[in-house]
Amino acid sequence: MRGFPVWPVEAGHYAGEMDALFIGLVIVTVLTAGFVCFLLIFFAARYRAGHDADRSHTIEKTWRWEVGWTTASLLIFVGLAVWGADLYLRLYRPPKNAVQIFVVGKQWMWKAQHPGGQREINELHVPAGRAIRLVMASQDTIHSFYVPALRVKQDVVPGRYESMWFQADRPGRYHLFCAEYCGTDHARMGGWLTVMAPRAFAGWLRDRGGQQSLAAQGEQLFHAFGCSGCHGPGGTVRAPDLNGVYGGPVALQDGRVVSADERYVRDSILMPKSEVAAGYDPVMPSFAGQVGEDDLAKLVAYVQSLGRKGAG
Amino acid sequence: MHGSPPNYLTARTTIRSWLFSTDHKRIALLYFASITFFFLIGGLAAVLIRLELVTPAADLVLPDTYNRLFTMHGVIMVWFFLVPSIPTTLGNFVLPLMLAARDLAFPRLNLASWYFYIAGGALTVLALLLGGVDTGWTFYEPYASAFSNGYVTLAVLGIFLSGFSSILTGLNFIVTTHKLRAPGMTWYRLPLFVWSLYSTSVILVLATPVLAMTLLMLVAERVLGIGIFDPALGGDPLLWQHMFWFYSHPAVYIMVLPAIGIVSELVPAFARKQIFGYKFVAWASVAIAAIGFLVWGHHMFVAGQSLYASLVFSFLSYLVAVPSAIKVFNWVATLHKGWIRFDAPMLYAFGFIGLFTIGGLTGLFLAALAIDVHVTDTYFVVAHFHYIMVGGSVSAFFGGLHYWWPKITGRLYPEGWARAAAILMFFGFNLTFFPQFVLGWLGMPRRYDAYPPEFQIWHVLSSAGASTLAVAYAMPLFYFFWSLVWGARAPANPWGATGLEWLTGSPPPARNFERTPIVVRGPYDYVEGQPRPQAENV
Ligand code: HEC
Ligand SMILES: [Cu+2]
Ligand SMILES: [Cu+2]
Repeated sequence: MRGFPVWPVEAGHYAGEMDALFIGLVIVTVLTAGFVCFLLIFFAARYRAGHDADRSHTIEKTWRWEVGWTTASLLIFVGLAVWGADLYLRLYRPPKNAVQIFVVGKQWMWKAQHPGGQREINELHVPAGRAIRLVMASQDTIHSFYVPALRVKQDVVPGRYESMWFQADRPGRYHLFCAEYCGTDHARMGGWLTVMAPRAFAGWLRDRGGQQSLAAQGEQLFHAFGCSGCHGPGGTVRAPDLNGVYGGPVALQDGRVVSADERYVRDSILMPKSEVAAGYDPVMPSFAGQVGEDDLAKLVAYVQSLGRKGAG
Repeated sequence: MHGSPPNYLTARTTIRSWLFSTDHKRIALLYFASITFFFLIGGLAAVLIRLELVTPAADLVLPDTYNRLFTMHGVIMVWFFLVPSIPTTLGNFVLPLMLAARDLAFPRLNLASWYFYIAGGALTVLALLLGGVDTGWTFYEPYASAFSNGYVTLAVLGIFLSGFSSILTGLNFIVTTHKLRAPGMTWYRLPLFVWSLYSTSVILVLATPVLAMTLLMLVAERVLGIGIFDPALGGDPLLWQHMFWFYSHPAVYIMVLPAIGIVSELVPAFARKQIFGYKFVAWASVAIAAIGFLVWGHHMFVAGQSLYASLVFSFLSYLVAVPSAIKVFNWVATLHKGWIRFDAPMLYAFGFIGLFTIGGLTGLFLAALAIDVHVTDTYFVVAHFHYIMVGGSVSAFFGGLHYWWPKITGRLYPEGWARAAAILMFFGFNLTFFPQFVLGWLGMPRRYDAYPPEFQIWHVLSSAGASTLAVAYAMPLFYFFWSLVWGARAPANPWGATGLEWLTGSPPPARNFERTPIVVRGPYDYVEGQPRPQAENV
């Protein structure tokens, strides 16, 4: 046994602000529970049967008290709700320049793919001081990516991308857990988040390097799966040019306008009929069942790189 | 009372007369026996879980066994113990007595509901015996239909059947409260236990059918391959969570509202004083039941639901805490200038107020969106709902059981032992579950059979608490049985309480009252600590 830990280690990000909110809640709890317990014990002792105490003038206008404590609880509760909501909203708004890492959860491991093509399992190396955005998918059932030291957690629901972001400031090794029950080895589905100083991280990437970048691997798949036959120059079918698509608004056949994020690209590949780009025939075949999550991440990374090229 | 006319226990004595009885008092006893049985099974699973968690390694049972243990613990404790516990036992027994009705409105339906419960329980136990279920009591999708290799269908059908027991009981209580009140028993003269049973019944009737449909959809997907929740079949896993929690959050109130009602009986009875703010306490139950239907999304803050939905659900969750706070303040205010006695039921009520307050306040942590991101699916949640459902509901159940024991059995239980058990239960409970708050805040996920060594000390404390708790729970089992044989005979009104149920014999005659009481005043009427019963013509 190793001592009596009472405070989770902290790797930066919103952990500090989160802890402040937690302390606020602890204070409210201790004061309220303390007050209730104090009154219970005080009244119990003072007004116990057989003990002589002044029992005249019992409170008559009870509704004044009712209104009083109802309003007081309501105000405190609304204050806490607003505090918690404000932090939550910021927690879900990633900064623009975040580094994007693809994560796939499956029974019972976490796989990560870095933009440079580096891959790892049950480990995630990230640079300190940089915003990291995880684009996550599950290959089977629901998992949940949880790093207590960052106070962040996100369920990964199969059939769609979920994303979360964080910024770790303190180099070190921190627990990575799966927080959503997922079967036999749920308790063993985890590993470590390693936060490295930026230069050490650059070195780590280099040592791991040698592969092609994720987008470059995606480009090869784009040819291998025959996407380029339609989307490439001189394609046989009239299909949209994917340059500059990513990140922009897309007008759909049914009149809606959606933003072309990674969810849109994913759904375009797996369920092309669900959102058809305006002005085109719905002839794109579905690749569901043919493209696994790992390859999908590469294709998405490639389409993303086209978007940036086109926009830039 | 010696050689007195036959009461409901002695009127007939054959086994048949029990198994086919339509007397609400006998059916209550049938339920008592059955929920005790399920409590023991669920408790046994808890013991094994706590034993496994004494060490960080998974060394006592296999991971798959562990997963089956916590599933069995949850399924049995929620659907076969907590949901039916207070309404079908104490509620069944006391409700008609409090209204001075001869029975519930539909006595045969009442018996049928027990058979539904037993049939459901039998199926679920069969699923356990065949090899168990490994989904967790929440049956999250797509795990439950596509990945679990346990006897999911069987267990789910068991829960489905027992749901009919809930619905029929709720229906029975609602009609009884509307139609069978004694003359003079207006709504604002109803004991608060009746108000809370009524609110509970509304939830039972409205929420349980949603659970039933949801479970059938799960079976349709698992057995027939109809895609509803599994994305591989075109379904949506979050749909399951929405539908499941649409029932299961209100189910929390099914489990705790009756407990709140009991405490609202105990506090004035032992403070021997009019309850403070009767109407506020009564309507707070209704408010909890109503708002409780609008907060289910607080179980899904990190599940990928829209941010705006999360904001609304967080806000409503704070709102539902207000009526609970109102209750606590009113109980405390009732003590002011009372003539307080500390018999075992009152000790349980005190324990309830403390633990329910902590359980409620820690709910505020979980409703605070940002904090929930960190502590959801950790031991913090586990601790929180055990404070509400074990610290709260089970304490109140024991409080009510001691309070009405003389009425039910005609015997007095040994007061010293009962007080000792109440105190031991309080300490054992806190030792078991307080460390789990710390564990959750440290980041220990739930449903883990193995964990990093730095968490061990808190798990050891928790397991030590669990053994204390086990002893405390076993004590009443012994002294209650003892009292059946050697306990002193109980007078009609051993506590000097005011409700109608104390005006008839202990135990009551089969038809409850020899003469129908005419209610002349509200409940809890005490003058200078002296009770004034609700009716005077009996
Ligand atoms: C048979 C020709 C064909 C093939 C093969 C094909 N697509 Fe398409 N794709 C289309 C057409 C036509 C559209 C426009 C209609 C629509 O949205 O379905 C389209 C739309 C898209 C869009 C949405 C573009 C926008 O402007 O909104 C993306 C992204 C996309 N395809 C990616 C791919 C990828 C990646 C592959 C290979 C895995 C692929 N496509 C294979 C024909 C094709
Ligand atoms: Cu898991
Ligand atoms: Cu809830």
